[in-house]
Parts: sequence; C-alpha cells; structure tokens
Amino acid sequence: MARIVGVDIPNNKRVVIALTYIHGVGPTSAVKICKELGFPAELRAKDLTEDDVQRIIAELDRGYVVEGALRRQVAQNIQRLREIGCYRGLRHRRGLPVRGQSTQSNARTRKGPKKTVAGKKSVKGGK
Amino acid sequence: MSRSLKKGPFVDPKLEKKVLRMERESRKEPITTWARACTITPDFVGHTFMVHDGRRHQKVYVVEDMVGHKLGEFAPTRTFRGHTNKKESAKGGR
Repeated sequence: MARIVGVDIPNNKRVVIALTYIHGVGPTSAVKICKELGFPAELRAKDLTEDDVQRIIAELDRGYVVEGALRRQVAQNIQRLREIGCYRGLRHRRGLPVRGQSTQSNARTRKGPKKTVAGKKSVKGGK
Repeated sequence: MSRSLKKGPFVDPKLEKKVLRMERESRKEPITTWARACTITPDFVGHTFMVHDGRRHQKVYVVEDMVGHKLGEFAPTRTFRGHTNKKESAKGGR
C-alpha cells in the first residue's frame, strides 16, 4: 500500500478514487492529476509502482495545498476573520452560521445538538 | 473574468475623497459615514471611521487585514443580548 503525503494510505480502489482520500484532493483535482501523469482510469492504487507514487507526490508538491498545510490555511483564514472583528468573524466566534442562513430553526450543524428550553412555546406544531 | 471583477470594488467617491484629503494633510480624525457598502482600500488603513449602524455611528479603526472588506462588516446592526433567563427575568433582567 502506498503512502502519499503523510498518513494517507489509499486502498485497492481506482487511483482516481484513492487520491480523493487525501484531504484537499477532490474528484476534480484527482482526475486532473491522473490525466497529467497519464494513469489509465482502470489502474488500481495497489498497482502503482514506487516511481508512480513519487510522481504523484511531486505533482502534489507543485500546485496543491494538501492535508496539514490546507487545514492550517483554513484555520488561519478563520482566525483572521475573528481578529478583525468583522461580521463573519463574529459569527465564527459565536458558532453560528456564517453565510446568512436562517437560524430561527435548523442550523444544527453550526449550533450543535438541541438545547431544549423549558416553557418555550413554539409558534405552530412543535412538541 | 467574473462580472464582479470587471466592475471592480465599490468605493464611495465622497468618502474616498475625504480619506485622501486627510492623507495629504496627514491628519487622522474619525470620519463619520453612512457608506457601509464602501470597500476598504489600502488608503483607509490607519484611519478611524464612524460607521452608521442604523442608530448611531460606531467607531471602526481600520487595520491592514480589513482591506477588501466593507465598512459595514465592522458595525453590527443587530442588538441581541441573549434570551431572557428565567431566574433573572423574575427580577427584571434584560
């Protein structure tokens, strides 16, 4: 099994799919990389030679932000928003949706599990 | 090239004129403005703006990281002080 940038060990799937297991490589860039390096679509990750793996790593090195570096970049961008005190930063601080979504209901991804308030009357239906 | 790139950033002409004049005279006074939609350009860095939030003007000191954002992003328009707490609302908390 090949080890590409850090801990990613894609399995015996097609190379295009295996590459998407890397954080920062989605379907689009995976297809691009395979095209660039001339891998046939049916090639399985386990059939990659050591040389192929090196070429993938080299390809990722030039022009792809991946794994730790990408996570750091994202965290830094959020940190910047928090520090300058803009609206998006405030939303990040409060753990609420950042892009103007409605929060009267739903928004559970950002707000986390429901915190039930005793005695709260819902407008219609509810429980 | 997207349409918004073609059109370029919106910078309130009057406000920009004011900032540039201050820059020339190297004065730094708060500029009161209603132009929340105005993009912050590099010229604005180091100046203080009083940005209207619908009721009053909030002080916004512009630092370098704010370039490219709009003035309104730094003056929230909503006052939400949290939901009433049962214990506190009994003694008239807000």
